[in-house]
Amino acid sequence: MSWIVGGTVIPNFGTGSKCVTGNHVFCWDWVRQHWGDTLGPALVEHIELTAIAVGIGFALAFALALVTHRYGFVEQPVGAISALLYTIPSIALFQVLVPFTGLSYTTIEIALVAYTLVILYPNIVNGLRSPTPDVLEAARGMGLTQRQILLRVELPLAVPAIVSGLRIAVVSTISIATIAALIGPYGLGSPIYVALREATPFKTEIYSAGVLAVGLALACDAGLRLLRRVLAPWSARRLA
Amino acid sequence: MSSAARIEFDHVTKRYEGRGGDAVHELTFEIPAGSLCVLVGPSGGGKSTTLKMVNRLIPFDSGDIRIDDRSVRDISPVELRRGIGYVIQNVGLFPHMTVGANIGTVPRMLGWSRDRIKQRTLELLELVGLEADDARRYPAELSGGQRQRVGLARALAADPPLLLMDEPFGALDPITRTRLQTELRRLHQEVAKTIIFVTHDVDEAISMGDRIAILQEGGVLVQYDTPDAILEQPANDFVARFIGEDRALRRLALKTLRQVQLQPVTDERGRHVSPETTVRNAISLMLETGTPQVVVVEDGRELGAFRLQDAGALL
Repeated sequence: MSWIVGGTVIPNFGTGSKCVTGNHVFCWDWVRQHWGDTLGPALVEHIELTAIAVGIGFALAFALALVTHRYGFVEQPVGAISALLYTIPSIALFQVLVPFTGLSYTTIEIALVAYTLVILYPNIVNGLRSPTPDVLEAARGMGLTQRQILLRVELPLAVPAIVSGLRIAVVSTISIATIAALIGPYGLGSPIYVALREATPFKTEIYSAGVLAVGLALACDAGLRLLRRVLAPWSARRLA
Repeated sequence: MSSAARIEFDHVTKRYEGRGGDAVHELTFEIPAGSLCVLVGPSGGGKSTTLKMVNRLIPFDSGDIRIDDRSVRDISPVELRRGIGYVIQNVGLFPHMTVGANIGTVPRMLGWSRDRIKQRTLELLELVGLEADDARRYPAELSGGQRQRVGLARALAADPPLLLMDEPFGALDPITRTRLQTELRRLHQEVAKTIIFVTHDVDEAISMGDRIAILQEGGVLVQYDTPDAILEQPANDFVARFIGEDRALRRLALKTLRQVQLQPVTDERGRHVSPETTVRNAISLMLETGTPQVVVVEDGRELGAFRLQDAGALL
């Protein structure tokens, strides 16, 4: 897998451009030079880390939310565990997992999934509760079955809340995933971590990886907003 | 058009857990096919409960409700409800569906073809006084009155023989309410369905109902009759108080000048009115203008005069 290959990059003070050797604030030529061996792969890894975490987190949160929706009593315990989980600082959570799953990709994903789950679960549960009592009464009164009410009324009406949850989950996962570099050389956190560890005065690596993470978050957020408009055109018109 | 259904309540009783007394007590009456029956009474009278027991949104404890001699208990709730139109006060339109999709809900479940649903939707939009273009709009883009029109169209979509309406106009402003009341009367004549209509508003009950069932606290049916008969002879003090002290005038509001015996026009003359004017409005006009009679005119022809002094004989 590509993330195993991602290596460290130590700026070569001897042979670099004038900008690099002179430790200027930001060097475009460094970025161009190391896009192929450092930044590009790191970005792809970061997208992978985020996609897997949000994908698994969403699937788990969705299943749990459906169970909660059907059997209300599940909410309290799940909510309590989620809240507790969320209070653990991400750096600490990574370290807690290391004795069990090692300094591995799995450790990172478990922690990231936990955070997305905690964000997505209440959003989906609340989303499923968006239909007003009138809407549910009308649905029952027209002879929709429980299943039809879920599929045709509750789920479509939950879309705006679910997408809102996804936006928060994706953006925060992208951000938290940069810390994953403490566990292993994965994602955009890796060049930042390496640069910090080298303690060089050269900052281009940190800046460019940081900007890529922010850009990725903004792009994903915009994409999800677009998704909401496609999946729930009615909610946009309501606001208009 | 499918025919209208006859509804029989047979000693129906409903009791809610943890509440003393019955919500509906030994309710027994029959609604003839094609009539508009209004359930009216104070809150706690069990009107809504009665209505919701018909489509089994609320189960009853004993007795039976029969639609065309078939007990509602013998039909699965889902099948039963798909065959009964249901309209509620806050409409409950699906906000994520267009008006057209809302109206097509039950036909879709019944497996109608797309063309048939589209055809039916256009027909219904016209029937309830909306434009064909409104089918593409979302509920949030409609006014309260328009929403309730869509609610009515949605309830009528699969052409059910019975329509249940739970305070359908209760949340509307007075002008919209009056307009929709008039239109529902017209629509009822047109579609000839049995309608059970719940309201707490006596005026609405009197102006809408072919028959009125008055329910008292504890879900006891105190009187079931035509509006005129109830106004003429309230069954007890409760009914008399409930329908108000001006019941003589209310009765006269139920009659139009076409329905009364007119007298030859005398020299005293008087205002010209149409035969569709209610007796009550004619009297009001005479009192206002200080004339002892009004002249009933239709198509430029004098049908006769209605005199103030004859009004009392109508009661």
